[in-house]
Amino acid sequence: MNTNHLKAIVAIKRVIDYNVKVRVKADLSDVDLSNTKMSMNPFCEIAVEEAVRLKEAGIVDDILVVSIGPKNCQEQIRSALALGADRGLQVECDVSASPLDVARILQKIQQEEGADIFLLGKQSIDTDNNQTGQMLAALLDCPQATCASRIQIEQNKAIVTREVDGGLLTVEMPLPVVITTDLRLNEPRFAALPKIMQAKRKPLAVKTLADLDIKLTTDIELISVSSPAHRQAGIMLNSVDELISTLRSDAQVQIPKHGEEA
Amino acid sequence: MKTLIIAEHNQHALKAATLVTLGAAQQLGQPIDLLIAGHEISELSQDAATIAGIDRVLTWDHAMLAIPFSETLAPVIANLRSQYSHILLASSSFGKDLAPRIAALCGVNALSDVIEIISPNQYKRPIYAGNAIATVKNSASCQILTIRTSAFSAPTHEPTASLAQVHALSVELPHSPVRFVKQTLSESSRPELNSAEIIVSGGRAVGSEANFSVIYDLADKLGAAVGASRAAVDAGYIANDLQVGQTGQVVAPSLYLAVGISGAIQHLAGMKDSKVIVAINNDPEAPIFSVADYGLVADLFDAIPAMTARL
Ligand SMILES: Cc1cc2nc3c(=O)[nH]c(=O)nc-3n(C[C@H](O)[C@H](O)[C@H](O)COP(=O)(O)OP(=O)(O)OC[C@H]3O[C@@H](n4cnc5c(N)ncnc54)[C@H](O)[C@@H]3O)c2cc1C
Repeated sequence: MNTNHLKAIVAIKRVIDYNVKVRVKADLSDVDLSNTKMSMNPFCEIAVEEAVRLKEAGIVDDILVVSIGPKNCQEQIRSALALGADRGLQVECDVSASPLDVARILQKIQQEEGADIFLLGKQSIDTDNNQTGQMLAALLDCPQATCASRIQIEQNKAIVTREVDGGLLTVEMPLPVVITTDLRLNEPRFAALPKIMQAKRKPLAVKTLADLDIKLTTDIELISVSSPAHRQAGIMLNSVDELISTLRSDAQVQIPKHGEEA
Repeated sequence: MKTLIIAEHNQHALKAATLVTLGAAQQLGQPIDLLIAGHEISELSQDAATIAGIDRVLTWDHAMLAIPFSETLAPVIANLRSQYSHILLASSSFGKDLAPRIAALCGVNALSDVIEIISPNQYKRPIYAGNAIATVKNSASCQILTIRTSAFSAPTHEPTASLAQVHALSVELPHSPVRFVKQTLSESSRPELNSAEIIVSGGRAVGSEANFSVIYDLADKLGAAVGASRAAVDAGYIANDLQVGQTGQVVAPSLYLAVGISGAIQHLAGMKDSKVIVAINNDPEAPIFSVADYGLVADLFDAIPAMTARL
């Protein structure tokens, strides 16, 4: 058994459940999240699962889960604790924090924690930014491995396979490291009821932005939010022949004639 | 002020995504510099200097840049920030990895996946898997944007005779802690997903890697690129970089054929801006039909070979 005694921090976000389709508010000021089912961002769940697997493999021995948000994000922290994280930290923030805000908050937390591995989801399914991990790595001046589909930790090094345009790229980097998770890294487990009960007794600290001496950025301002152009449902066709002739007469595409190669 | 574009290339040619980013940058209406970082790039840089619309080509040539890592590139690019009001990258895996690292070093937020430039500080970008479009104002002193290439087009100008100036950056290579181990490229002679006119995508229903030949055969008849749903990629039927969707590639070809794909919101996010969408699915209730221009309720193993045979 490997006894590396590494410390991991996983940052998680409470977001709209991935099965729910969001609606835009009538006044176009933002999306309407009232009475909407909220969950842990799926990529964050993958990050928690990976940390727990590293712990089960004897590589990591302490997992801190951090979420930045209003009080109800404690629900998602409890879910992560039920999956196997050791400690939770909520950073109270009632407005939407930008990726740079989150990276700065995590940088502050790192000053106290001295973690070896940061695991974050590659993007959150609400703002779809795909930025926070890279920003955190820049602020910590440490290497980053984004869109990870395989992680190996060996002798204070991380060997990570990344999903990139064109295929897979494997890189090796010294710890500490920031890793962001892609879909194929693992399949998160479901928490068993006894674990959910145990999670209620795990420590969950709360800090404010003032405790961390953080002022939120203001460089990006949300002006309005609109619905995308609606696509009309089209025509149902009855046969392959009808489909081909319809496509041929639809001036927008060139469909090759029989025998002629495209 | 000026705009800087960070080029993506394969040593011999610029990627199509970089040319599209140039198309977007021209809408900002200010002089454009192109940074090419890499190894043995002098020929490439000379070629780039003939592209209309580029004022200066900045080159940074070093053996360690043959495979460029964001850890090396970001500090050097961040140091150029006082000269530029805008730094643009394509929203590719390279651009998404690099742009936020540059932005954090500049102390500003970045904007991901810009789909419309309203003015030099107002933009539109999709959020919630494209189910909402945000209009945002960026007041950062140096704005860092990634460009969703399916929403813009490359400039159509002929190469120009008045060459852009090529200027070699003299910078020290930052120490990079990252070591390259290996790369597995999915080689394909088919068109690239993000520039193809026609895409044929297969879903979970295709059933196996071997069965995907049904999709490939049709794609080859049509001269099309091949894409897939997450379920097909997760099941190992096809390479990961061919996933279309919220968290994969976002495409907008002239014709998108969704074969045995149910039409989850995450998949629709990656293809619903295609000009013509065709869905082939054996379930008349499949949500994909609600965005399709033409639908065919059929077993894909009958319909697709029949289509291939008739083309
Ligand atoms: C965080 C997150 C991110 C995601 N990102 C993406 C993404 O980027 N891209 C993506 O695609 N998905 C993504 N997904 C997954 C998405 O939610 C769906 O699970 C996925 O798109 C389903 O793939 P599918 O349509 O191939 O499979 P299914 O939903 O299983 O659909 C298969 C379809 O095939 C039809 N069928 C079955 N047999 C036949 C036959 N013989 N002939 C014809 N039709 C047949 C069925 O009627 C069904 O409609 C994401 C999910 C999450 C949680």
